Amino acid sequence: MLKNSMRAKRIIIREEYCMGCRLCEVYCITQHSKSKDIMKCYRGEEPRPVSRIYFEEKGPISFALQCRHCDDAPCLYACLTGAMYKDKKTGRILHNADKCVGCWMCIMVCPYGVIRPDFEKKKIASKCDLCVEAEFPACVEHCPNEAIILVDEEGNRMKKD
Amino acid sequence: MKTEYLIIGNSITGVSCLEAIREVDNKGKIIVVSDEKILNYSRPLISYYLGKKLSKEKMAFRNKDFYEENKVELLLDTQAEKIDVAEKEVHLDSGEKLKFQKLLISTGGKPVIPPIEGLNKSREGVFTFTKFQDAREIEDYLQANDITKAVVLGAGLIGLKCTEGLLKRGLKVSLVELADRILANTFDRKASSILEEALQAEGCQVIKEDTIIRIDSSRGAIKKVVLRKGKDIPTNLLIIAIGVRPNLNLVKDTSINYDKGIVVDDHLQTNIQDIYAAGDVAQGKDLLTQKTSLMAIWPVASHQGKVAGLNMAGKPTKYFGSFIMNSVELAGIPTISFGITNPPAEAKNLETLSKTDEDRGSYRKIVLRQNKMVGAIFLGKIERAGIFSQLIKDKIDVSSFKKDLLSDEFGLLVLPTEYRKHLVQGEGIEV
Repeated sequence: MLKNSMRAKRIIIREEYCMGCRLCEVYCITQHSKSKDIMKCYRGEEPRPVSRIYFEEKGPISFALQCRHCDDAPCLYACLTGAMYKDKKTGRILHNADKCVGCWMCIMVCPYGVIRPDFEKKKIASKCDLCVEAEFPACVEHCPNEAIILVDEEGNRMKKD
Repeated sequence: MKTEYLIIGNSITGVSCLEAIREVDNKGKIIVVSDEKILNYSRPLISYYLGKKLSKEKMAFRNKDFYEENKVELLLDTQAEKIDVAEKEVHLDSGEKLKFQKLLISTGGKPVIPPIEGLNKSREGVFTFTKFQDAREIEDYLQANDITKAVVLGAGLIGLKCTEGLLKRGLKVSLVELADRILANTFDRKASSILEEALQAEGCQVIKEDTIIRIDSSRGAIKKVVLRKGKDIPTNLLIIAIGVRPNLNLVKDTSINYDKGIVVDDHLQTNIQDIYAAGDVAQGKDLLTQKTSLMAIWPVASHQGKVAGLNMAGKPTKYFGSFIMNSVELAGIPTISFGITNPPAEAKNLETLSKTDEDRGSYRKIVLRQNKMVGAIFLGKIERAGIFSQLIKDKIDVSSFKKDLLSDEFGLLVLPTEYRKHLVQGEGIEV
């Protein structure tokens, strides 16, 4: 049975704590690189992954925005290929790069504007996967001032370890 | 007693409907009737297939185990021929009659064929372009014959995607369009002209304000087309893509109401209880006009399919409406458009903002009605366009950030704080 209404863990943004250091982007890129090593990733790994975070800044306000993993995600309705899907176990909105043709329908409907066109390898959509390959989202783990925090399906704060 | 759901049509509307039914009802029997021969495929991808960018296998939008996992009986290569409203049954071409308790009509659209002299005599080399079978037949025809030139009639989205597929295969294409520009229903004059230039640079001849009045053939195969203004174009391949209209065959002699499409209420039910319609065949609510209209686009089809399915399975769900939107890349230029993109000069209540950035190859336009967005064009740079679709949907007053709408730094930060926080923390956002 396909449950489309399941909730995922989510990243909560606390913009009043954001210092604008952009470490979240550095660690997002590192986590999605081949080596997963900050030095190797930034010193010559080609192609370097695109950040899945949209960092916004204006005057004193800044925040890191990434896929909200909506309960009822517009990108799922829009995807022409079935590349965008809701993971049945975790409720995460994930993206199958092999199926994506880069039609940008997801970009057209994402109300947060958090899906990026990635032209590096093959033309495909790119978005936050809540660090599917790690235990904990890298951006949250490395945010020095807890301006982004992770909560579980019920909204309770989660910490690494 | 178990509910028996019957779904006619196995494209995204039918599939979204059955997924929604299964969210609510894990037991009720579901039968899907499809006139297609293959399991499922994404119709908009047929131009990718024609352009050799995708194999047949890669066109499926749900995997092969999908129907089994959802306990759905799929009847392929089967034509639903008649709906008996009183008996609540659907007659199939096999002679079989299927009883239903809830029915979804998602029969989509079919291509419009204009009356052209000589069309009937030309059995070979003339195609439409909406189904996989069309792309397959064109493919076979190209392989069997030495074709170097094609004519495409109609410069709407289908005609242009087909043109692109043919250009990718190295054919020379003449595009014939009745309007004075390409994509006249989707874009404004400026956006159309940018795309026309780009297409011409790829070897496409764009013929505007003209149409085909005659087809000359020899031994049943097309040899040339004659245009209204008198010009002849010799060709062995013609694609007719002047438009699509709802496939209403099944409802024509029934008590089910239809206008341009099947008329549906806020729950996507037709005037007959237990009979629903959704997708390209339905005439649903348009958020921008508050009237009903045809919106033959994928996100609306999938959303309507889902809402219909929830209602059919007994979970009352309202369809709040949508508006027209498209994302299409032509000649390497990505574009996204929403709603009203080309307001007529006499529409005094509509305000237009636009910005061209020649260096970055980008053109953007915003259309406002009383400070609320009702349309937009993004050409070249499409990142973050979705934020604008939400502004249209939520009818947000943009007065306080109007100057930022076309800024390169546009993002959630320019939105009013309260709305921004609602967006980021809110839930249940739908297309």
